[in-house]
Amino acid sequence: MDAFTTLTAVAAPLPAANVDTDKIIPARFLKTIKRSGLGVHLFDALRYLPDGAERPEFVLNQPAYRQAEILIAHENFGCGSSREHAAWALLDFGIRCVIAPSFADIFHGNALKNGILPIALPKAVCDALMADAAMGGNARITVDLEREVVIRPSGEEISFAVDPMRRHFLLNGLDDIGQTLQHEASITAYEQTRAAAQPWWPAIPAL
Amino acid sequence: MTQPQPLPKTLFDKLWAAHVVETLPDGAAILFIDRHLVHEVTSPQAFEGLRAAGRKVRRPDCTLAVADHNVPTSPGRVGAEADSILQLKTLEDNVAAFGVPYIPIDDPRQGIVHVIGPELGASLPGMTIVCGDSHTSTHGALGALAFGIGTSEVEHVLATQTLIQSKPKSMRITVKGRLPAGVSAKDLALHIIAEIGTAGGTGSVIEYAGEAVRALDMAGRMTLCNMSIEAGARAGLVAPDDTTFAYVQGRPMAPQGEAFDAAVAWWRTLPSDPGARFDREIVIAAADVAPMVTWGASPEQAAPINGGVPNIVTADEERALEYMALRPGQGIAGAAIDVVFIGSCTNGRIEDIREVARVARGRSVAEGVRALVVPGSGLVKAQAEAEGLDRILTEAGFEWREAGCSMCLGMNPDRLTPGQRCASTSNRNFEGRQGPGGRTHLMSPAMAAAAAVTGRIVDVRELV
Repeated sequence: MDAFTTLTAVAAPLPAANVDTDKIIPARFLKTIKRSGLGVHLFDALRYLPDGAERPEFVLNQPAYRQAEILIAHENFGCGSSREHAAWALLDFGIRCVIAPSFADIFHGNALKNGILPIALPKAVCDALMADAAMGGNARITVDLEREVVIRPSGEEISFAVDPMRRHFLLNGLDDIGQTLQHEASITAYEQTRAAAQPWWPAIPAL
Repeated sequence: MTQPQPLPKTLFDKLWAAHVVETLPDGAAILFIDRHLVHEVTSPQAFEGLRAAGRKVRRPDCTLAVADHNVPTSPGRVGAEADSILQLKTLEDNVAAFGVPYIPIDDPRQGIVHVIGPELGASLPGMTIVCGDSHTSTHGALGALAFGIGTSEVEHVLATQTLIQSKPKSMRITVKGRLPAGVSAKDLALHIIAEIGTAGGTGSVIEYAGEAVRALDMAGRMTLCNMSIEAGARAGLVAPDDTTFAYVQGRPMAPQGEAFDAAVAWWRTLPSDPGARFDREIVIAAADVAPMVTWGASPEQAAPINGGVPNIVTADEERALEYMALRPGQGIAGAAIDVVFIGSCTNGRIEDIREVARVARGRSVAEGVRALVVPGSGLVKAQAEAEGLDRILTEAGFEWREAGCSMCLGMNPDRLTPGQRCASTSNRNFEGRQGPGGRTHLMSPAMAAAAAVTGRIVDVRELV
């Protein structure tokens, strides 16, 4: 995972609530066995006409937003399935930060594990950032994870909070598994205690 | 000096505490995972990650793999697309390389991961159960803490048999009284989601309680817990009771004999203590629940069959109505449908197929309607055939298919075409969920069967 420290970028406004993972990436694109290459299918139904041509009205098809690295949306972003392909598609397109009043739980976790920063801010603040984003290429928003502030084009700073452990992992681009394996002795001890106290748990047999 | 009384605990508190390996400095826990269910769509990149790091699967004896999302459900399983075949082959290669127990596609026990886990006794009360699929909440019906995870977490569980988790909040939904005749667990689930919204459960584990929940059979409890994710919840739970134990007893991967008795003795200690505090409590009157149908593009956009689309709608609802080709204020009954889909991890169990057959018996699928019945597993299919349900259905004009996720998610050949309107027993009516441009109305198996034989969305209570 790439570290996330500070990002200054164009933000794309996506003024919709309940942007679900089927909308972010439809299931028919989940047949890949790779993490990369999904950006072209990001928001497929919103972005393309049935014949494959771009819908010119969709925000990410507009020249000002083709290089957007921040997305501003309404409540409950990422609801629906657990597909991490939603995070991979956003990342592959170039989105490194999503700002919304709230996020669905599984998407929130998937984003953090892929170096995408989901920032939950009050609705009124998101509305202000949505208005900033509507200025297109003329406005850049800065996200500073070190200081936990979003800096509007006007220079106004808005504080946000990220779980301290996730922040540490993001700032340093750390791998979760490597960290957990440092607790190997605890895991083994737990397994032994459980097996002694509840010996009746069955194993899945080799089939 | 009096001893302080231990605080009353919820079912969720007890399940959580029993699985904490270590509490980290920031308060998150390393949580031990008892069962990891693996399928073809969300695992390839996880195995690839293990390979790249030179890691092994820590506990193959806690892991069970099966292909379900991407398999053709046509008779004979013909028509798999090339990229699907590659994904299925990748799963077979990975389970062989890493020594993971695997149920092959041609094995009679193959099926939707959330149907076969409980059915085989691989999913048990008191467990932590995860899968790279949001509908893992289904297994909470057994009184297990079960939730969906992303692929990075799949890799984490494969490598460590644990997850790092912050403890979610707790919510209890108590359903008072009994559900009226002709009203099912699916209707209750849609009623609850319409009431609390698709983000109503975000950050929470919901325990379903009350007389109406206790009266549900295990299939109904699984339907209810399955839909918890559609309310945004991390997991759904029903306290284990005699209904649960009777269901589990004798299943091939469940403990047997004295081991079963020892397990039940522990499982009986799990239900929430009297006076246990929940972060949020909701009470629903069962008598208020009617057969439900969704009218929009989110599961919360649902109404009773005798109701309809609201008169005044938000911008998001307006967009959903445009997609669904419906108008504000329009009644939901009477809409003509093109396709009926009966199946999925929500409603693909034998009890669901019995309901459909009960409505279909002696009737015929309406002209111009395509109706698919897709059993949730090979064992469900075999049971239905043993009961003669397949004949009732095929004689009525339903397609009787092989087990799999099928048209729930439009990633295998079973898809809607643009503009088709579908009465579906699945769990999501998102735009394009069942195929690009497809229009999904979620409902119960009995309601979907009624739609099949009339060609319209109707109140099944008027038919039977």
